[in-house]
Amino acid sequence: MSVVSLTVNGKEVAQETEDRTLLVYFLREQLGLTGTHIGCDTSQCGACVVHVDGRAVKSCTMFAVQAAGSEVTTIEGLAKDGKLHPVQEAFRENHGLQCGFCTPGMIMTAVDMIRRIPNLDRATIRAELEGNICRCTGYHNIVSAIEDAAKRAAGDAEGKAA
Amino acid sequence: MIPYPFTYHRATSLAQAQALLGGSADAKLLAGGQTLIAAMKMRLAQPSDLIDISAIKELSFIRAEKDAIVVGAGTKHFEVATSDAVTRAIPALAELAGSIGDPAVRHKGTLGGSLANNDPAADYPAAVLALGASVKTTKQTIAADDFFTGMFATALDDGEIVTGVSFPVPERAGYAKFPNPASRYAMVGVFVAKTKDGVRVAVTGAGPCVFRVPEMEAALAKSFTSEAIAGLAVDPSDLNSDIHGSSEYRAHLVTVMAGRAVAAASHG
Repeated sequence: MSVVSLTVNGKEVAQETEDRTLLVYFLREQLGLTGTHIGCDTSQCGACVVHVDGRAVKSCTMFAVQAAGSEVTTIEGLAKDGKLHPVQEAFRENHGLQCGFCTPGMIMTAVDMIRRIPNLDRATIRAELEGNICRCTGYHNIVSAIEDAAKRAAGDAEGKAA
Repeated sequence: MIPYPFTYHRATSLAQAQALLGGSADAKLLAGGQTLIAAMKMRLAQPSDLIDISAIKELSFIRAEKDAIVVGAGTKHFEVATSDAVTRAIPALAELAGSIGDPAVRHKGTLGGSLANNDPAADYPAAVLALGASVKTTKQTIAADDFFTGMFATALDDGEIVTGVSFPVPERAGYAKFPNPASRYAMVGVFVAKTKDGVRVAVTGAGPCVFRVPEMEAALAKSFTSEAIAGLAVDPSDLNSDIHGSSEYRAHLVTVMAGRAVAAASHG
């Protein structure tokens, strides 16, 4: 057992947990943040993607103790003051989901790729979604949502620069 | 899935990691964990202790030297894939790193972890062997030709830690991979490098361990074209055969991927 101290969605958290507790179980079962999903549990499907120190990682393939001292952002941490994050908004407007199970991981991956890659085109978006599986196979609208959100993010950046 | 219990330690220096590693017979190093944690969850691995070396700053670097790119063992695939220094000197190495797993895996997985594990389908061993790289450890420097000794086996001794790899800059290099459609691991990956000393061809995914193809190297030394090796094939009797593909299929893929790697190198 170790006491794991970290920041989750901007709040400091310290909880005792077993060393073998995976980050995804820590988030879901100890912190009650059930927006992060467990799909395959073998680091293939991407339903568990969260950000650790600003980078998208699969929380089923990382122990909670490894995240000690880190800043973790989950899907619950994206909306601010009751307003959806622009990527969440783009998924809503483009109907970028069917059953919704993969959506939290898709959105966390999308936020990460938009931050890393300027001028995202559809082929790049599909390549970057390699580690996220939608078993409704609803990729078309997911790609459209990410493309839309990326364009809006680029527009915002230009607006600020001007 | 829940692994067997273990005790976690975070090392902040190589000396501390070595001391912790020596303190327990069943301790394992944890770098990116993208293979080890999966194996522990399947209960295929049961280390008593995990020594997390991901916070050791001296292991994470990319350095351009006169004739080589030196990469720290703790450097993430993502960092190699997006490094300007690597892209300038050995673009095929950056491309290879950018083709491992998926973006989230590349944010965690490390060069040293990939080499020390020596998975038969891992990408990095092909680059290390084809480029004739040197693997630096806490004890010695090991030539690529001596490092990979068999399936999941390397020349590393107990307690010996990979610290970095020196990749000589080639005249040209290319990597082509046929990923398994489900797992995305290499069914066959071929890295081809042309240097002033000759040509080296290394194949991963096809056999139990990465290997070179001397016949292709000789043919490419005479003519560095895909056509030069189109008629050459490796012996399928030494290759893997499983539900994903027969050894004959893999042997065929080796020739096809080697041709594509040469074509990619010619354009580079």
